[in-house]
Amino acid sequence: MKKVIHEALFYLAVIVISLVVLFPFLWMLSSSFKTQTDIIAWPPKFIFDPTLQNYAKVFGEQDFLKYFINSTVVGGLAVGLSLVLGLPAAYSISRFTQKKLALFILLARLMPGISFLMPWYIIFSRLGLMDTYVALVLSHMLIALPIVVWIMSSYFNSIPVELEESAMVDGATRQYAFWAIILPMSGPGIITSVTLSFIFSWNNFMFSQVLSMEKTKTLPIAVYNFVSYAEVDWGGVMAAAVAIMAPAIVLTMIFQKFVVKGLTMGAVKG
Amino acid sequence: MREPSFIEKHLRILFPLPAILFIALLMIFPILYTLSLSFTSWNLTSGAPLRFVGLRNFEHVLTEPRFLDAVFRTLAFTLGAVTIEAVLGTVVALILNRAFLGKGLAKLLLLLPLVATPVAVGIVFNLFYDPTIGLANWALSAVGLPQGLWISDAHSVLPSLIIVDVWQWTPMITLIVLAGLAGLSEEPFEAARVDGATPWQVLRFVTIPMVMPTILTAVILRLIDALKTFDIIFAMTGGGPGYASETLNIMGFKYSFEYFRMGQASVILIALFFFVLLCSLGIMKLRTASEN
Repeated sequence: MKKVIHEALFYLAVIVISLVVLFPFLWMLSSSFKTQTDIIAWPPKFIFDPTLQNYAKVFGEQDFLKYFINSTVVGGLAVGLSLVLGLPAAYSISRFTQKKLALFILLARLMPGISFLMPWYIIFSRLGLMDTYVALVLSHMLIALPIVVWIMSSYFNSIPVELEESAMVDGATRQYAFWAIILPMSGPGIITSVTLSFIFSWNNFMFSQVLSMEKTKTLPIAVYNFVSYAEVDWGGVMAAAVAIMAPAIVLTMIFQKFVVKGLTMGAVKG
Repeated sequence: MREPSFIEKHLRILFPLPAILFIALLMIFPILYTLSLSFTSWNLTSGAPLRFVGLRNFEHVLTEPRFLDAVFRTLAFTLGAVTIEAVLGTVVALILNRAFLGKGLAKLLLLLPLVATPVAVGIVFNLFYDPTIGLANWALSAVGLPQGLWISDAHSVLPSLIIVDVWQWTPMITLIVLAGLAGLSEEPFEAARVDGATPWQVLRFVTIPMVMPTILTAVILRLIDALKTFDIIFAMTGGGPGYASETLNIMGFKYSFEYFRMGQASVILIALFFFVLLCSLGIMKLRTASEN
């Protein structure tokens, strides 16, 4: 009997925890299908006639598709270029145990973004790069590169050195061994770093808020502006919030194991 | 054995070089630029040329009540949020640390807040906190408590923002601690059981001490990020009402991009920078200490 009560309490706790985590998402989702009248109703309505008008408005009137493409292009380019810069750096950190270098690159992850954003604003304005993909991609690379280096250097640590050493004994250069032997084995690590850094770029607000304007505006800025212009249109705002979160959540569901690994890595010594 | 080529001999420099140059150009140089701006008076909007003013910005900003308030607020927000997250996150991890039906799903749910766009999260909580139509007040009145103003009141705005941060980031501590718990060896637990320890004693004297280094690292990772919290505060209150939720990060942002007082903004950014740097040095210290 005691065991049964214990189990019941345990599952109750699990359900409570899950509900607390899930509730804001559920409320956002349900509000996005409510009419304005239903949203401002008091007491709050839990049962209502769903409507698609909010989504129609967001995707119709607002230039949402454009912002969606902007976010994807900026995130994609930033992550891609970070791989180009980060993979060799991570390999070198791993194989030559360059701890100071690792720390140097990690600084970009630790430092508050605003301490370089303000000078960027001045420099990019002078260079005429405001509201261009160049400025945004460069700034988002500073988000993606430390993630790539952090994850990949410990991933390379887990690949035995003997693999490229035997290739080198057979006459291959180290850079060829890196390219032809190590990289093809690095799929899981690359998936982890790409997923995580893309999500962080996707969610970034501060850099894009300052460096982008109408032409290169990304989704978080569009959602934020939607609030300030249409202060009371809660349904539209919630539909926009759903639209912006959906891709990151879908990515997370697909690559769950990799995301967990990336987020918890480094904190757990193993 | 063939002679290594130039590239191969210098691989340890050539491979990381592009990344190093990138970070130097996009991070180190701008930080130095900020440092030099802090000794100047320069308002981007006035068109007046940049003037060297020595330490006047530091004098001005560091003695300003608004700045000191922002420092304390940053500390209060960070310590408040991270303390709750650490306790709650660890407790949840200890609860979930067993095999059960739906564990995979529970772990997926825990991931969702971590990847949710903070600006959007802030907006959803704004709807919760709305004094007239929000669920928060509805819940209070449902259990017979007086309604609150949440983020619209100077006294409750910081706790209300902390709740949002706690909702979003507690799962991070939970997931890290869960991973730490999964990596513990079985032997100490068996020894404790053989010695007749109660489950409570096992938890208190075996589990917690063994997972402590992991908890500490998770906490410090959170501390560094919490100090820099920007998105939810900016999206939900913009630092208001008045300056009641203005942290260093928000204040630096306003001085830079609303007032365009670049010299004074630089001082604020440098202060925040050192705040975070001190915390990060703490992380290295603790990590090396727990490794030995």
